[in-house]
Amino acid sequence: MSFISYLKDGISLGSIYAIIALGYTMVYGIAKMLNFAHGDVIMVGAFVILTAITKGGMSPVLAVLISIVFCTVLGIVIEKVAYRPLRKASSNLAVLITAIGVSYLLQNLALLIFGADAKSFVTVIDVPSLSLFGGALVIKGITIVTIVVSVIIMAALTFFVRKTKPGRAMQAVSEDRDAAQLMGVNVNATISLTFAIGSGLAAIAGLLLCSAYPTLTPYTGAMPGIKAFVAAVFGGIGSIPGAMVGGILLGVIEIFGKAYISSQVADAIVFAVLIIVLLVKPTGLFGKNIQEKV
Amino acid sequence: MKNKMNKTTKNNFITYGIVILLFAVVQTLSSTGNLSRLLTGLLVPLCVYTIAAVSLNLVVGFSGELSLGHAGFMCVGAYSSALFSHMTADALPSVPRFILAILVGAVVAGVFGVLIGIPVLRLRGDYLAIVTLAFGEIIKNLINILYVGVDENGIHVATTSAGFKLAAGGKKILKGALGISGTSALYKDIKENFFLIGVILVLITLFIVQNLVNSRSGRAIMSTRDNRIAAESIGINVTKYKLLAFTVSAALAGVAGVLYSHNLSMLKVSVFDYNMSILILVYVVLGGIGNLRGSMIAAIILYALPELLRGFANYRMLIYAVVLIVMMLFNWAPAARNWRSRMVEKFKGGKMNKEAA
Repeated sequence: MSFISYLKDGISLGSIYAIIALGYTMVYGIAKMLNFAHGDVIMVGAFVILTAITKGGMSPVLAVLISIVFCTVLGIVIEKVAYRPLRKASSNLAVLITAIGVSYLLQNLALLIFGADAKSFVTVIDVPSLSLFGGALVIKGITIVTIVVSVIIMAALTFFVRKTKPGRAMQAVSEDRDAAQLMGVNVNATISLTFAIGSGLAAIAGLLLCSAYPTLTPYTGAMPGIKAFVAAVFGGIGSIPGAMVGGILLGVIEIFGKAYISSQVADAIVFAVLIIVLLVKPTGLFGKNIQEKV
Repeated sequence: MKNKMNKTTKNNFITYGIVILLFAVVQTLSSTGNLSRLLTGLLVPLCVYTIAAVSLNLVVGFSGELSLGHAGFMCVGAYSSALFSHMTADALPSVPRFILAILVGAVVAGVFGVLIGIPVLRLRGDYLAIVTLAFGEIIKNLINILYVGVDENGIHVATTSAGFKLAAGGKKILKGALGISGTSALYKDIKENFFLIGVILVLITLFIVQNLVNSRSGRAIMSTRDNRIAAESIGINVTKYKLLAFTVSAALAGVAGVLYSHNLSMLKVSVFDYNMSILILVYVVLGGIGNLRGSMIAAIILYALPELLRGFANYRMLIYAVVLIVMMLFNWAPAARNWRSRMVEKFKGGKMNKEAA
């Protein structure tokens, strides 16, 4: 029974990684950049919820909505101010370093406003635990909510990208930016929309992450951000189902590694699996094979 | 042909000259007592980061691969050399011991460079970057659970604190997450000269990288960066040259690690995380990709900046972040570049018109 219990913990953690990874993968697929600041948007989202509830006395639902709106706007602003001017820069590294700068900026702003000590996160999601097999397997409410939410997001996002007009515009921009522009797709607006969706998802990820692990510091988003990035690469960066599968696999591997091998080397195991996958399949599980033309 | 050679040589000597000049200025300041304790403490780390940035530039700038695991190689160099220093503390006098420690750090890091480079260099672009990041984290994680000690029966290695048992009189050197302590105390007699040693190591690093880049191999490395397929088609062994750049870079990062670990009384593995790799990458990109002198100067300024901003207390890292973003935009955004070249034209405007006429 402990195996199933670990599996469910793994899927729960993996679902959170998957939601973060979706943000990474969409931005990478469309803007062709690694948004290192994505993890820190998660932290910002969590702080907004915490502040709205404890200082503003708002209801949890309202606080979550405010957080999503706040992060969405933040994502659009970051893209417009810091990334857009560099989109046509001669080196891809320039925008990567700028993203790192944005990440430092968000962390240090949070440090100034909220201080370095860990805050305990409030209970936002209040769902009773589910007891199965006469109490042998207890599934926490937050675990159920996390998994359900991530499945809904995944389905909605797939529908959006495949069936709606802005979604198809995203696909077109990711395929060939110049050709899309010639076909009348507004590339700037499409990239802004991608950042908006990615950052809105980050707010939801912040809520789920801090509900499952209820401590919050300015650096909370950094490590899950990196892990989610790994998950996105694992699944094939740029692919939506890839991010989902990569995220969940990563969460399961991490929890199994902690449970059965050693909690200290769990991260090393996660990274080692990534390396093995990439060596066997260099573009990730669901990645497209890019043919090189001479 | 002769002129061209002279230009390269001259350029190299200008770089050495800058290092020596900076060293002379710092020495004068410190001997006249004008250098604060804070600044004195920064000198050796400055050398460490300069070596790291120059060596990373070899991979990022000349071989054209993004590496996010440079701190991992520094970590390997730091720990292997510190272990060596502790084990030979009674057997060797400090000067040859330190030279050997540097060699040990460089060789071990270089071996890791080969081992990691062979699989990693099969990948391209961002995938390569994420795998180097992964290797850096794995190295950090594994050293974190490593226990090493010596006693009369030889060297003992364990992975848990419970399994780590030594005979009476044995010495525990590496204690897992607690790291290695007391390395700098082994070199009490030459500790004063660490800055001089650091500057010499910076010069050696510059010498190696500059000569490699300007050699036949260096041109081969750059050709694989500019066009992999074209390089292959004229018979250049792409993997070999990429691996060469990667390994030399790893070995030099190991040297930076040696200097880092021997300057500290407490060495903990947690400092060698991806943030450190990213920090070094920032120096390389801001100083100019493929520009060694630029990496050196960027490392010095950007490492000193947060320390010099200590007066601003909590705002210092915020200022650092803003400066970083603004500098990147100013340096790289096409709009800013156009604006800059227009400004330059304005200043030179009169002269250019005359020439045209």
